[in-house]
Amino acid sequence: MKLLYFAWLKTKIGLAGEDVTPPASVATVSDLLTWLASRGPAYADALANRSVVRVAVNQAFARNDHPVAPDDEIALFPPVTGG
Amino acid sequence: MVVRVQAEDFDVGAELAALGRDRPAIGAMTSFVGMVRDSGGDDPLVALVLEHYPGMTERQLEAIEAEARRRWPLDQVLVIHRHGRLCPGDRIVLVATTSAHRDAAFDSCRFLIDWLKTQAPFWKQEVTTTGSRWVEAKSSDDDAAARWSL
Repeated sequence: MKLLYFAWLKTKIGLAGEDVTPPASVATVSDLLTWLASRGPAYADALANRSVVRVAVNQAFARNDHPVAPDDEIALFPPVTGG
Repeated sequence: MVVRVQAEDFDVGAELAALGRDRPAIGAMTSFVGMVRDSGGDDPLVALVLEHYPGMTERQLEAIEAEARRRWPLDQVLVIHRHGRLCPGDRIVLVATTSAHRDAAFDSCRFLIDWLKTQAPFWKQEVTTTGSRWVEAKSSDDDAAARWSL
């Protein structure tokens, strides 16, 4: 699974992206965020307030119950501020 | 539809002239230019750094163009959005639409910029004389997008 981090999520986690292999029990976006937050203090801090974390699965916005699969590209970022 | 995400500046006059060239059925063209603003506080803005998600940005912009075309009889749609380090007064974004009549051109242009502000994966970081911070999303932008039932 390819993960990408943008804006302050990138700063807090300290990575622009990484390849991960979550346990088989990680089936949804929500499961993935919970698992990521358990990976260390930087992840826990970045994901402490889920209401300001947006998720895209394969470059489309996804809700918490959206399924995730090993071949997915999943991006985590704050609410957008372009324009 | 032309969508461009680029670091370079753009020439508004040249872009609009190109959009209207050899299109005799166009009766109206509307454009919006967004610029880097210094809100004038005690800590002046030095620069704005715009980050984006390559790939998803283009996909999202193409999806909303399709939605705009479903709602209005449009001839041309142009969106140019810059990324990278910009200074106060610099142009950030150009949205332009053309149609036979002005209502479709005005409304679709507003629709596109309202949508872009809430759905296109760009993030602004403000650099001031004392440091830098990520700009927070504004609920007024969500309200503007909600007007279009997005």
